[in-house]
Amino acid sequence: MPSLKDVQLKIQGVKKTKQITKAMNMVATSRLRGAQGAMDGFRPYAEKFSEVLGSLAEKAGEEASPLLIPKEEVKKIHMVLCTSDRGLCGGFNINLTDGAKNHIKNNPIEGAEYSFTCFGKKGRGWCLKEQHAIADAHLGVVGSKFGFSVASTAGKKLVDGFLDGQYDEVYIIYSEFVSMAKQLPVVQKLLPIPPIEKDESDEGFSEEYQAEHICEPSPEALLGDLLPRNLYVQIYRALLETSTSEHAARMTAMDNATKACNDMIDNLTLAYNKARQAAITADLMDIVGGAEALKG
Amino acid sequence: MAENIRLEVVTPEKSVVSEGTQIVMAPGSLGEFGVLSGHTPFLTTLKTGALKYKDESGRERFVFVSSGFAEALPDRVTVLAESAERRKDIDVQRAKSAAERAEVRLQSGDRDIDFLRAKVALLRAISRIQLAGTR
Repeated sequence: MPSLKDVQLKIQGVKKTKQITKAMNMVATSRLRGAQGAMDGFRPYAEKFSEVLGSLAEKAGEEASPLLIPKEEVKKIHMVLCTSDRGLCGGFNINLTDGAKNHIKNNPIEGAEYSFTCFGKKGRGWCLKEQHAIADAHLGVVGSKFGFSVASTAGKKLVDGFLDGQYDEVYIIYSEFVSMAKQLPVVQKLLPIPPIEKDESDEGFSEEYQAEHICEPSPEALLGDLLPRNLYVQIYRALLETSTSEHAARMTAMDNATKACNDMIDNLTLAYNKARQAAITADLMDIVGGAEALKG
Repeated sequence: MAENIRLEVVTPEKSVVSEGTQIVMAPGSLGEFGVLSGHTPFLTTLKTGALKYKDESGRERFVFVSSGFAEALPDRVTVLAESAERRKDIDVQRAKSAAERAEVRLQSGDRDIDFLRAKVALLRAISRIQLAGTR
């Protein structure tokens, strides 16, 4: 039987923890709103961009840019791993690093060399532990406010690396924000750029694009300019999605932690009351026993 | 009077301009061009610089754009830029310090620096300052 004092201390401790988890939950909630706002702000740009790119790609043909052409021998694989800087968000980071691990395992290439660009401390830590080469690490991006320049700087390095022959293929691993309760790790190929699919569902749009554009400079040159930018757009989107997912994951994790704290407090209070009652009973027994002894 | 043409300036962060205009003058990479209502479909990359337009009441307005491209259709012009801001929103102080930084980097003669990037940054800062100064 634990002593009264012990249980009381424990209850106080759990209550403090609960305060923290609750505060973290609320912070995550408000940051999530910010991140979702950023995603909403980005959507018009992304939609318009893919619309223009789609219509241009059709015109310029397959081999307009070296970024579209797959390398003959694929040995050097580069991965962009987006994770959070901070923990306390459930299985969020593990899911992402497992995504990277599984991708390597499921696509075995003999003699392949893997290198990483890490967004977020957790991914960097994982790479260090697994002894993967880290080409670049960006901390303090995911989960806070960041501009498009972060994505374009990182993207430019990838494009240069691909053209130099440093990388044969580039993938990005990020967390897709499906809903508040669901965030999926996704592996997507960045380079060589997969053939741009025409969105068949957007009949209304393509109708309009039947009209031939005058392009300045040539369609090929325009495409060459837009394709790297398309890469930046995708990286930016991945970062936004990961940020939103991180906050959602943390919200859920902290909500669960708060609930667990409540359960613990309930149980401990029960134990405390029992111990208190036992002490009172023992005291009473003493008093009654003493009185009986005096009487006799 | 000619019909109005709709202008949209969008950056990855937000929509900067979305309104009806009489005419749009944009700094295309092969030269400045003007768009009136009924323009033939046209697609071009943009230089870093000032985009001018006349709003519905005929007042001239200026928007700074960098790293962008524009698409003109008969009834609207869409500009996608990595950064864009209206003249009144330009942070001159920030642009000036960016210009200084870029100049220091260019003059340092260090082999490790990315000359192209520093040059682009300088150009961006200068055109921001110039545009803000036309007020």
